[in-house]
Amino acid sequence: MPSLKEYRDRIVSVKSTRKITSAMKMVAASKLKKAQGQAEASQPYATAMAAMMARVAEGVVVGPSSPKLLIGTGKSDVHLLLLVTSDRGLCGGFNGNVVRRVRLEIKRLHNEGKTVKLLCVGRKGRDVLKRELGNSLLKSFTGIGQKGKIAFADADQVTQFVLEQFESGEFDVCTLLYNEFKSVLSQVPSAQQLIPFSMPVTVTVSTSEDGHEKEKKKEEGVKCPYGFEPEEDEILGQLLPKNLGVQIFRALLDSAAGEQAARMTAMDNATRNAGDLINNLTLQYNRARQAYITKELIEIISGAEAV
Amino acid sequence: MTEAQTFEFELVSPERKLMAEPARMVVIPGEEGEFGVLPNHSALMASIRPGVVEAHLRENDDPVRIFIAGGFADVTATNCTILAEEAVNVDDLDQVDLEQNVRNLTEDLGMVEGDADKSRVENKLNLAKARLDAVTGSLSA
Repeated sequence: MPSLKEYRDRIVSVKSTRKITSAMKMVAASKLKKAQGQAEASQPYATAMAAMMARVAEGVVVGPSSPKLLIGTGKSDVHLLLLVTSDRGLCGGFNGNVVRRVRLEIKRLHNEGKTVKLLCVGRKGRDVLKRELGNSLLKSFTGIGQKGKIAFADADQVTQFVLEQFESGEFDVCTLLYNEFKSVLSQVPSAQQLIPFSMPVTVTVSTSEDGHEKEKKKEEGVKCPYGFEPEEDEILGQLLPKNLGVQIFRALLDSAAGEQAARMTAMDNATRNAGDLINNLTLQYNRARQAYITKELIEIISGAEAV
Repeated sequence: MTEAQTFEFELVSPERKLMAEPARMVVIPGEEGEFGVLPNHSALMASIRPGVVEAHLRENDDPVRIFIAGGFADVTATNCTILAEEAVNVDDLDQVDLEQNVRNLTEDLGMVEGDADKSRVENKLNLAKARLDAVTGSLSA
């Protein structure tokens, strides 16, 4: 049985751990609020972009001369997986989940006889996958959003790299894997194909109010046909890379919000566990203390009786 | 007067919504030439080159001048939405800084090798020049 001092030391240590985890929880909560705000603020642009894409798509006839970003290279031999994780740990299964998803995806593609290349955003994903897939790791971006805010320039940096690689024919299909922010309690690892771009057939799904507005706009569009300046094809060619940037930016924002949410939940659990542990330890400590007192009393009494 | 005097003008960047106000007229530097948008403009989608967007919000007020580094405009009869990756109020641009920037980039352009690098620096230089034009234009006007 451990001595009383050992119990005391452990209780002190667990208490200080609890202090840290509860502080981390609060920090994560405030960062989550910020990240969510940012994700919301980026909504209007994404919505407008989606609406524009849909409108342009209506008028464009897809043919062999269409931009490669839209129709692809005609092959699907080389896949590029763009993985978004966080830079820091201590956020529960957040990074583990998406990495597991990537492993599954890689396995599936390998079984189909495809070549897989990797692009990592965030240190955690890179660290895990570098060991087993070092050769197929093209590049990794770290330190994004370290100043508490993700700039569009960060996403643009990634986008430019992807575009460069695509133009030089390094891959045929690009898939984005990231933690989608569903709610504070659930972040779902999800995959989204970026290149070739899957055109929205109808205007993208949105909340009821928004959707109504868009329908109205669409009707107007029917009434007076759109003018394009320059031609539709050309606009489409310019829109596609921008849209790629928007998608990547959105994934980064989602992932950042998800990271904070996951950390908040994880730290909340840790704080609660620390509390339970302290209760347990205190109980054991008191028992040990009482046992010690009883032992001493018995010693004194039996000593007195012996006299 | 039954005809609407204003239309909804929106300027959004990927990071946030920068402006959402009714405007009387907006002048946009389209890729194929500047165009003004008034209420009841025919539906138009246009790409924008780096330049200055002038938003005339109220009568007798000076227009708000915003530099944007390229983007897209989506115009309908009642709405005008500009998608811009980067937007700065022209008043916030600093001429001295920009001149320095242009000089630096011109120097850089002489030094870099390789087509990819060269076109990147060239792009930057063009942007910087457009910015500078935005400022000097506003001074002379």
